[in-house]
Amino acid sequence: MHTSSSSKVAPLYTNAAPAQQASHRLKVYPPKPQKVYFFATCLVDLFYPDAGMAGIQLLEQQGIEVLYPQTQTCCGQPAYTSGYHDQARAVAQAQFDLFPEPWPIVLPSGSCAGMMRQHYPQLFANTPEQANAQAIANRVFELTDFLLHVCQLQLKDEGKPIKVALHTSCSARRELGIAHVGETLLDQLAQVERIEPKRTSECCGFGGTFAVRHPQISAAMVEDKTQALIDAAPHFVTTDCGCLMNIQGHAEKTRLKLQGEHLLSFLWRRTQNDA
Amino acid sequence: MTLKTDHLAGGQFYIRVQDALANAPIRANFRKAMDGLMHKRATALEDTQERESLRELAANVRLRALARLPELLIQLEKKCQSQGIQVHWAQDAQQACEQVLAICQQRQARTVIKGKSMVSEEMELNHFLAEAGIEALESDLGEYIVQLAQETPSHIIMPAIHKNTQQISQLMHEKTGTQLSHDVAYLTECARQQLRERFQQADIGLSGVNFAVAETGTLCLVENEGNGRLTTSVPSCHIAVMGIEKVVEHLEDVTPLLSLLTRSATGQAITTYFNMISRPRQPDEKDGPEVVHLILVDNGRAHLYQDPELRDTLRCIRCGACMNHCPVYTRIGGHAYGTTYPGPIGKILMPHLTGFANNAALPSASTLCGACAEVCPVKIPIPDILVRLRREAVNGDQINPSVMAEKGFKRTWKEALAWQLWAYLAQRPRLYQIATKIARLGHYWMPQSLGAWTQVRTAPRPAAKSLSQLRRDAEKSL
Repeated sequence: MHTSSSSKVAPLYTNAAPAQQASHRLKVYPPKPQKVYFFATCLVDLFYPDAGMAGIQLLEQQGIEVLYPQTQTCCGQPAYTSGYHDQARAVAQAQFDLFPEPWPIVLPSGSCAGMMRQHYPQLFANTPEQANAQAIANRVFELTDFLLHVCQLQLKDEGKPIKVALHTSCSARRELGIAHVGETLLDQLAQVERIEPKRTSECCGFGGTFAVRHPQISAAMVEDKTQALIDAAPHFVTTDCGCLMNIQGHAEKTRLKLQGEHLLSFLWRRTQNDA
Repeated sequence: MTLKTDHLAGGQFYIRVQDALANAPIRANFRKAMDGLMHKRATALEDTQERESLRELAANVRLRALARLPELLIQLEKKCQSQGIQVHWAQDAQQACEQVLAICQQRQARTVIKGKSMVSEEMELNHFLAEAGIEALESDLGEYIVQLAQETPSHIIMPAIHKNTQQISQLMHEKTGTQLSHDVAYLTECARQQLRERFQQADIGLSGVNFAVAETGTLCLVENEGNGRLTTSVPSCHIAVMGIEKVVEHLEDVTPLLSLLTRSATGQAITTYFNMISRPRQPDEKDGPEVVHLILVDNGRAHLYQDPELRDTLRCIRCGACMNHCPVYTRIGGHAYGTTYPGPIGKILMPHLTGFANNAALPSASTLCGACAEVCPVKIPIPDILVRLRREAVNGDQINPSVMAEKGFKRTWKEALAWQLWAYLAQRPRLYQIATKIARLGHYWMPQSLGAWTQVRTAPRPAAKSLSQLRRDAEKSL
């Protein structure tokens, strides 16, 4: 039994390079452009159009012309995270032609921005569209990130004093590294007291199909997140519709007094004269 | 593996999850422990610049070692042999167990005292030796408790983390006759006394290996209790078992790994003990084992190694930070996974060790929140690997075909058809808009119950007008 050779171990390959990691790519902010492409994302389009309109108005207020391609559908993320990459690629590629001019592409969602920015290059690796996917990815920005860092947005609060808890999505926080953006923008509002919920960086339990594939775990997570937000403030804001739908839906179902809103809607509302 | 097994294995996972979530003490124990461990790590790695440069360095050390893994293993074997360590290669858990047993039989051993070793858990060694009439006794305090309770570890660093002091006190009282006490120092001292005697009687000491240095033939063992040192120095024979991925090139490679391992795991700057073993007892030495064996265990790793993306799994240095920070692990605890390695690392490693279909539910049991990758000391892109495994499970990519032995085991025609239909619509904006319009209108007569989603949430309500519609209206009115 004492064998002193490696012959019993299956053959090993040594020359394959480790996969490139999404987190290693650097983000370069462009100068403030004349125009941007607005990619609404399927959830905003269908469930939270007000958030999309608020985002468009905030951009227009900055003197930026918003190009809204009417033939947009979905970034492809649901199929991507479910492992159906052929379908994800087909849907993602159908969006490529929406952005012919080199303007930035902005999204009112950290999750979908993360998909396009970080995962398109991986998804299209080894395909003829690889360079195109990378070029698109480089132009993609989550909208609040864009407003803060490209437009240097300065907000004037017109609203009454209010306490608000911010929930930053995991994709905004970890994939895009922009957890500070929501905090900075809210802190610009003089009458808004931002209260940090307990375990603020913990996931709300949405996770796309996770919520229906593993409903029990998801339920335990959203219960805790909802409670943490209520303990902080009766009002919470977030930049991701998945989290919003999950947390708000749980609060409604369990009749908890927690009011959720998309951060863009909140920012727009607070800066209006009749706020 | 058939689809039936998949459903069975998946089903058992769901049952264990349900039990764990309903178990209030278990949930409280994990929440408290994980909160504490997260805090300890954050405190120990407060300087974010130092932390990130150290992680970068450690990841590169592991990448460099893995790139040369086959040669390094041969180098390690030769160096160890030249220093008098006997080296064995085990292709799977069964063979590794047989090799341990053969050494036991050769030495007519009756008892084996064990330092902490997750590979031996993977091998289910204790059970195997017991069948052969050899007693294996765990000497790590957590492992000792788990063994008394006839359980398996629920965490790779803290095996008994699922138990609180009260439960441990009760267990030790029942099994070893100690007094019921909440005094941790008293309970630890009792275990220490019980174990001390056993160290002296044991025929063989068996340990794991944290890092093996190819250049110097050094086996490094990280521990806090001194049981690792006793295990590897008191009995006349020492057997070290290690996964083949644990090798590094140079001695100086150990420094960043060790520094990050202890900080990531328990927030310690350094453990109480750090053992470096390079040879059996020499004629002029007063202690140490006469014989040292090293068993290099493959058990699925070499196969996994062959894929450049999946290979990143092998960077792991087993600090457990991914589970400490995982919102899923925190809620369901280690046992719910039903695997040797639980938590995020378990999800990406176990399919290669015990079969994909046997771990059917694991890759999907993640929100891909990325907390694991954020804290991983060697920067394993765990969420990316989870997505890769999901792709393998449904054989979902023609351009980058799946490679795993059980690829596509989870693919069902219903699900595939649903995604095809979705993709068909999402590539045809006109149709897509009609479909979303139907969804918007349809929700008025749709049931308010949407299966799993509405168990704890209200159904999402589509807005009266979609954003595209609002934009079209706005453009018309201009």
